[in-house]
Amino acid sequence: MTDATASVAARLRATGTASALELRGVSKSFGALAALQDITLTVAPGERRAVLGSNGAGKTTLFNCITGDFAPTAGSIRFFGEDVTAFPPQERIRRGLRRTYQISLLFSGLTVLDNVYLACRGVSRGRFSMIRPRRSDALMASAEDLVRVAHLEDVRDRLVSELAYGQQRQLEIAMALAGAPRFILFDEPAAGLSPTERSDLVAILTGLPSHVGYIVIEHDMDVALRVSDQVTMMHNGRIFKEGKPAEIEDDPEVQALYLGGGDGH
Amino acid sequence: MTNTDLPLTAKPATAPEAQGRMRGWLARVPAAYWVVGVLLLVLPAFASNFVMFQIMGWTFILGMIALSLMFLAGYGGMVSLVQMTIAGIAGYMVAIFGDSAVASISMGWPWWVTVPLALLIAMLFATAVGWLAVRTEGIYTIMITLAVAAAFFYFVRQNYDLFNGFSGFNSVLPPMLFGIDWRGPEAFYYMTLFWAVLSYSAVLYISRAPFGLALQGVRDNPRRMAALGYNVTAHRVAAYALAAIPAGLGGILLTWQSAQISPGTAGIQPAIDILVIAVIGGLGHPIGAFIGALLYVLLKTFAVDVLVALGLGGERFQLLIGMGFLLIVFFSPDGLLGLWQRLKDSRRRDSLTGQDRRSE
Ligand SMILES: Nc1ncnc2c1ncn2[C@@H]1O[C@H](COP(=O)(O)OP(=O)(O)OP(=O)(O)O)[C@@H](O)[C@H]1O
Ligand SMILES: [Mg+2]
Repeated sequence: MTDATASVAARLRATGTASALELRGVSKSFGALAALQDITLTVAPGERRAVLGSNGAGKTTLFNCITGDFAPTAGSIRFFGEDVTAFPPQERIRRGLRRTYQISLLFSGLTVLDNVYLACRGVSRGRFSMIRPRRSDALMASAEDLVRVAHLEDVRDRLVSELAYGQQRQLEIAMALAGAPRFILFDEPAAGLSPTERSDLVAILTGLPSHVGYIVIEHDMDVALRVSDQVTMMHNGRIFKEGKPAEIEDDPEVQALYLGGGDGH
Repeated sequence: MTNTDLPLTAKPATAPEAQGRMRGWLARVPAAYWVVGVLLLVLPAFASNFVMFQIMGWTFILGMIALSLMFLAGYGGMVSLVQMTIAGIAGYMVAIFGDSAVASISMGWPWWVTVPLALLIAMLFATAVGWLAVRTEGIYTIMITLAVAAAFFYFVRQNYDLFNGFSGFNSVLPPMLFGIDWRGPEAFYYMTLFWAVLSYSAVLYISRAPFGLALQGVRDNPRRMAALGYNVTAHRVAAYALAAIPAGLGGILLTWQSAQISPGTAGIQPAIDILVIAVIGGLGHPIGAFIGALLYVLLKTFAVDVLVALGLGGERFQLLIGMGFLLIVFFSPDGLLGLWQRLKDSRRRDSLTGQDRRSE
């Protein structure tokens, strides 16, 4: 599976197809704090990458710059060859980029199904439609499918504010799968999940169509290494190591800095 | 009305509600709607002219204007103080383009030109204000819209060429359509009822359509909406434009009811009254706007008599409204609707265990 994706990715690169994601010299400062410094990163289409790093390494900030939630202080971002650095988030999302949030950003006053439906509607036409969707509506049907994928059918009509934490995390993921994603950013999707929910998550990630690439931020090495074919290590706003999961796992420097760092995992 | 089972919160639709079939739709109309509907329809049979024209007519009109605020604030999270101004603009446009006693200004166009034109101008104005206001949040939205309302009030009071200054326009009458005098108490009652019901239904319907759902998404979490592909600013501005329709209709009806429009119609006080009505009623469901309006109209009409009967100064009725406002906001931030909902919830809970008696 992993090898196949990698070879597809390699083939696409060889035929000159643009990278899914290409960051050049991206920096982001919050006042005096340099949260990201000169990040250069290329991810091939279909590639699955884990980003590891200690708390405050800048991983979430990296995602925020890629989606346009924050404008980078410097550098450029290309998405499938197109320079999206100046695009507002919605324009990037409509081009097939998706993300989940580390701290769930959901619509607490709406039901689970409505949340997913909004996600499906956001990347299709008719965002301003004044006509109520029918049950037979194609988008409603795909919203219901996603609710099932995330194992939320029992709470489909519940308000999000009534959900348990783990269910909110699963809803985050369902919303990121709406429409036809080409590249997804998962920000610590496994945090706070039960062991069963974790293996469901791994199944969802590894079961994505092979052309869908993603970056997953994950503290849990077990999860991270199982769902990725490339690993990027971040520290203090910089990338300090990239490689195959096995290489990273065995790297003494990484072990000293990250695994031995008493991060709890 | 109090013992019926109105759906008083913006409870999301359950599965069958999304089905669009007419028969299923009729069957799903809650019993409370039938009761209230029949009551409203037959009310003229036993109500006095005063009740029909002054109490109910005014309630429907203020309810529609408050409804436009409920739409923006309840679904969109945008508290706008400019809705009364938008109503005033529509009223002024009907006076200016149609007929009034001020023949030097009024153009005497027929109603089927003036009414749509008035609504269109109200919508354009609302779009412009919305475009300004949506860049701000919370208290700043209130300040900007209040500033626009104040500016409009002072502008029309000083402008004599177009708005006829302090005195405004009188003898602005509804058209004699179908040979009916629409200012007759019964006709006026049914006319305002019709538009109020239509506005109410439209708002309720749109709340579950993609536009309305997305608006609630923008309210709950604008950043996430952008990260789902929505243009948050465009959605907010569109909400302002849409909310101008019930407000504008209300303004036109208000002008016809009093047969006049002047700067005071859209002054600061009425602007705040609309906010009070919407908040007292409750922003959680469109019906709140009309409940608030009814309470406001009843207070405004009868508080003076009650105060005088108690040997107090009649001019203190504003104080009474203010205190009522305070009490409701204090005890139930989500208005009378919220109070009602909590009563219902507590009745459904088992008095011993505090558990919800429903199965789930
Ligand atoms: N909006 C913000 N304003 C100011 N500083 C911020 C903001 N967002 C992040 N930071 C700072 O930037 C640095 C990087 O934060 P970031 O959230 O990207 O870390 P992270 O790698 O995702 O950490 P974690 O593992 O805790 O999620 C931190 O020092 C953080 O305090
Ligand atoms: Mg983070």
